Formats: sequence, C-alpha cells, structure tokens
Amino acid sequence: MSEIIATLKKDYIYNLMIKGKRQDGRGFKEFRDIKLETNIISKAEGSAKVTLGNTQVLVGVKLQPGTPFPDSQDEGVIITNLELNAIASPDFEPGQPKEDAIEMARVVDRGIRESGAIDIKKLCIAVGESVWIVHIDVHILNDEGNLIDASCLAAIAALMTTVVPNEQYGIGKNVPLAMKGMPVGVTLAKIGSKLMVDPLLDEEAVCETKLTIVSSSDGSIAGMQKMGPVPFTEAEVMEAIDMACEKAAELRGLYLEGLANKE
Amino acid sequence: MSSMSDKPEKLITDDGLRLDGRRADEIRPMKIEIGVLSRADGSCYLEWGRNKILVGVFGPREAHPRRMQRADSAVIRYKYNMASFSVEDRARPGPSRRSIEISKVSREAFEPVIMAELFPKTAIDIYVEVLQADAGTRTAAINASSIALADAGIPMKGLITSCAFGKVDGQIVLDLNKEEDNYGEADFPVAMTQDGEITLMQMDGHLTPDEIKKGLELVKKGCKEILEIQQAVLRKKFETPVEETVEEVTDTEDTGNKVVEAEAPLEYASEAAVVEEALEEAEEIEEEQLCEETVETDAVAEEIPEFEELEDIIKEAEALVEEDTVEDVVEVEIEEEALEEEALEEEALEEALEEEAEFEASFEAAPEPEDFEELEPIEEEVSSEVEEVEFDSEELTYEETQLEEETGIEEVASEETFEPEPEIESETKTRTEVPAEEAVKAEVEPEEKKCEGPWKVVKDPSESGSRGENE
Repeated sequence: MSEIIATLKKDYIYNLMIKGKRQDGRGFKEFRDIKLETNIISKAEGSAKVTLGNTQVLVGVKLQPGTPFPDSQDEGVIITNLELNAIASPDFEPGQPKEDAIEMARVVDRGIRESGAIDIKKLCIAVGESVWIVHIDVHILNDEGNLIDASCLAAIAALMTTVVPNEQYGIGKNVPLAMKGMPVGVTLAKIGSKLMVDPLLDEEAVCETKLTIVSSSDGSIAGMQKMGPVPFTEAEVMEAIDMACEKAAELRGLYLEGLANKE
Repeated sequence: MSSMSDKPEKLITDDGLRLDGRRADEIRPMKIEIGVLSRADGSCYLEWGRNKILVGVFGPREAHPRRMQRADSAVIRYKYNMASFSVEDRARPGPSRRSIEISKVSREAFEPVIMAELFPKTAIDIYVEVLQADAGTRTAAINASSIALADAGIPMKGLITSCAFGKVDGQIVLDLNKEEDNYGEADFPVAMTQDGEITLMQMDGHLTPDEIKKGLELVKKGCKEILEIQQAVLRKKFETPVEETVEEVTDTEDTGNKVVEAEAPLEYASEAAVVEEALEEAEEIEEEQLCEETVETDAVAEEIPEFEELEDIIKEAEALVEEDTVEDVVEVEIEEEALEEEALEEEALEEALEEEAEFEASFEAAPEPEDFEELEPIEEEVSSEVEEVEFDSEELTYEETQLEEETGIEEVASEETFEPEPEIESETKTRTEVPAEEAVKAEVEPEEKKCEGPWKVVKDPSESGSRGENE
C-alpha cells in the first residue's frame, strides 16, 4: 500500500528536491521540531522520549548486575536493542527483529560504545565477577521518518538521566551513570548530488540512500553507516561529515547540554 | 527485588484507606488521550495510576498470511506486548507465555462487540504496548483498546470496559495497585460490555462465592465510572468538528476512519480526558440523534403498517439491490416541517416500490414457491386498499396513490420524531431498547437487521448531528 503511494508521489517529491525544496517547506539543513522528555518511565533507570515531527521514539535504560566478558573483566556491558514495533507503522509486523531493525540498533549502539559516552570502567562491581549490564531498549512508537536520529538522541538523553540502582542491590548509594561524551547521530539523505538532513518517510523512500554520521562532543566521528544502494563520492562524504557535525553540535547544545548541567 | 520484597504491615489502614489513599471502592486516576499515533488508523494513550499504555489499531486491512483470512468475517488480532523497561526487572523483549495468554483473553473480550462480519477476509489488528506496568495492565490495555478501536472507526456494538477487584487484608477492594497485587489474597480482572455482560474474567487467589458476588458489584461500579471517562473522551474528539465532518463524509464515498482523523487534530489528544460539560451537552445531542435515527429507519417500515409482509419483502429486495439503495433510504431526512418530510418520504417510497418491482422481476426469473405465494395475497391487499391501481403498472401511477396514503402515515412518523426516548442514550442496542411501539417490535427479529442497526448508529450521528445544527 505505502509503496504504491510512494511511487505516485515519487516524481513530485523528486522534482521538489531537485529544485532545493521540500514537501513540508523545510530547508535542506533544517530538522523538524524536536521535543525531548526525560524520566517518563519511572520503572526504568533512565528514559527519554523524542518526538521528531511526528516520529516518536521511546528509550528505556535498565541496569542489572551480570558477569563481564572474559576479555574485559573490569568493564560494564552495553546491550542495545531496537524494535520496530507493529504499532509504529502499518508496514511493520510483529515478530523477530528484521534486518532494518538490527542495523539501526547496531548504529545506535556503535555511536554510544565507540564514542566512549559511557564510562564503562565505572560500571565494574567486582572485577571478573560482577559488572553492570546496561540495556538500552529503543522502542519505536510512530514511524514518520528518520528513526535513527531520533533513536540516537533519545538513547543518549536516556543514558544521561540514568541512575545506577546500587541501593536496590545493596551495593552502596544510587549514583548517576558516569558519562564521558554526548554522541549525536545525524542522518543525511542523498538526492541527486544534494544532501538533506532529517528525511521524512516519503523522502527516505525516494532517496533510497542515507548516510548516518555519529559525532562526539569534540567533533570526532564515532560511527558511520551508509544505508542504501546509491554510491557516494568522496567529496559528498566530506560534505556530509561537515553538515552532520554542524547539526550535531546544534542538537547537542539545544537538548543535551541542559541535561548534563542538571546532574 | 529488595525494594519489593518487604511486605508492608498493613495494606489497608484502620480508617479504611489503602496505601495510595484510596477507599476500597475507588479506582486509580485515569487519563486518556486519543489519536496519538499518526501512522495507526486509531490510537490511544492511557495512564491509569502508574500504568502507561499505548494502543494502535490497524485495519480493517488485508489479512496476512492469507490462510488467516476468514470468508465470512474479519479476523481480530490482539497483541499485548510489554516494553522491556516497563517493569522492575528488565523483561526479555518479545512474546512471553503470559503475554500470549493475555492477548488471547483480551481478544475474546472484544469479539462480542466488534462487528467483524462486516469486513470479510480482512484483519483488524490491535497492538498494545505496555510502556510502564504497575498492576492491572490487561484491564488498562482493554480500556485503551476500546478507545483506539472507536478512534479507528471500527463498528462496534458498544465499548468494552475493564477493571479488576481483589482481596486485600481480608477486604474486597476495587482496582488493585502494585502492592495489593503482590501481597493481596486475590486478583480478579473483569471486562464487560456497556450492558454489564462479562466478556473477560480471570481470577487467581482465594475467594468465597459471597466475596465474588460483592466484588462483581464493585467492579460494575468501577466499570461504569471508566465508561463515563471513555465516553467523554470520544465525545470530545468526535463532537466538535461536526460541521466539517459532514461535508467530507458525504463527499468521500468510502468514509472509513481517515475522514474523522483529518479534522480531529492532535490538539485534542493532548488535553486532559474528562470534560463534564461536553458530556452533558453531547448526551442531549446524541439522544436526539438516536431518536431521529430510529424514526428514520422506522419511517420506511411504518409507511405501510398494514402490510407487514410486504415490508419484509421490500427488505429482502433491499438486500438484493446492493448497498447504495440502503444508503439512500438512510439518507431520508426527517425534517421538523411536515412538508419537507412528506417530500422526502415520497422518495423513499418510490425507491421501496422500485425495489419491490425489481425484486419481483428477479423473482420471476428464479421463483421460490413459498415466497411467491406470500406475495400474491399481498398484491391483492394492496389493490383492494388502493383502488384503481394495477399492481403491475408503472411506478408513476403508484406514486400518486402513495401520496394519498402518506398524509396519514406522516403524522405517525412526526409524532415519534419529537418524543425523546430516554433509554436509548445509554445503550447501543437502539433497536431492542425501544419497546412499546409495535412497528419497532416487528423490526427486531431478522438477524441481518441486527447487524445493520448499529452500523447505522456508527455512521449516522455525524449526519443527523449536522442536520440539527444547520436548522
């Protein structure tokens, strides 16, 4: 159903984009309105909901003690799980996560892991025996495009408001989760040779190819993923990185730095 | 969890208050938002105490895989899913034995009211996401699903409302909270229709028959309160933009749910649920509407009260002649002014007669002996009552004679129009709830009719509502 609609709309959207315009009147470097709510699930150790236009993503963070991996006995474990819930779109079906969901989960995970956003050394309870396992569960509630950016933002916001539940397990006082960075993912959709941020669902369908770039507070890149078949040139990649870093800094300033100061 | 393992000494204080300050017969505060998801056909976000539930409804849509399809009705699929972070100890994502069971009994709670027979070969999907769980998620999910189904425009015979009772410190209490659920002696979730018929019932714990009786009384009270909240939310969304709705409804042949969605923007959704004034007004309006409606449909039936049999035949003919004619009949408007009414009823009559003629034609093609015999005497009756009319002649001659008859009939109809029927509002079974009138009685019997009735109820309010306003 939605494929047919996308095909019909395709020319219209494509022609608009070639002219440098977008369906909803935004510029190519403009995000939709973002609303960030934190601590909305009291049962979770940390939680955040991001509403990006009509896209809605809820992230809950749960911490549980567990055994460390043999090769990193003094480090906590990060497990990211993302589900495209059937509630979020008529195109999603219940059941095991499909490749899209797994790819997205891994992109979100990579950004957080590789940027060193979580100080995993501080998640060690007893070396070689017990460490905190951080479950980052991304719940997609409504898919209107650009799920990855919304998920990245919600995930980092949820982590920044996470409290380590030491009291619950009788190992001292509750403390905020130790954070070292604020990675922000920005996805660019490529149309012709132009790049745009925050693609809508229809734009994603028309563009076919996206590039997600996760950058850290210091401007370094923590993770990248190209999704889709259309090739990028080297110049386009560099342009994309500039654009992504610029937008990421903007989002970080608007939404995340406030959370960091609160702690 | 250590935080949960210490049982409070008392779950109910000496002055009869529970841990969260409620009395035994009080439910937790409930907040409902409607239409919160743009991709779903209908959706609802519900908070009940600390429960947070999100429901999306999709469909009726093509059922996949195809072997699930049913030739005679829609399949209803209900998926209850807990977010992994919704509970104290992280839940493993995906279905558990518990969630599969809850999905099954919840689906069965809705099957009696969803008019699935109207959408053969399709699926109606109800997806429940429990974002935060705090005792009573299945009842909360059912209450939310009811609203989401209504939001999606799925024809239902009524709302389903759900609430649990339980036994705590030896006392029967309504709507258990987390502590009471963990340390209480019994938990008894119930879902019921607006008429109080129980469509879901589960229980675990220890209760005597007397306690169950007491509990069911309590639950009925709780469900009534919840029903009022649900109705208020639906009214708030669907009553305000009536004027625009009508335009679109009449324009788009295939109304479905999208039309309503279009002019019920999210602003409404974000507001709090209970709106008392709106409720009162809406009750009045709806009462009127329902009365009008009943009369509308009855009007056709009553026009020829002497020929009850003939009327049956017409109905059968209607079924043969496809939907559009039925719609036309429904569209017949009963205006306050007798003149307009007369003109319109005339149309309906014409149609009825046309249909009859058609029916006859089809009849001749494939005669069924019994019905045919039935038809004969009626023809005779008609011709004896209405002189100088040949039954088989053209419509035009007929029309004239019908006009003569009309003057008498119209009085009956208009009388009814303005006589409010107090019972109707609270019940969905409009038809069966209007006793006294003989004509109505006659209409109750056929099985087909039963399905048709509430379908009109679903469709009509917007039409007749605007009619009231335009006047």
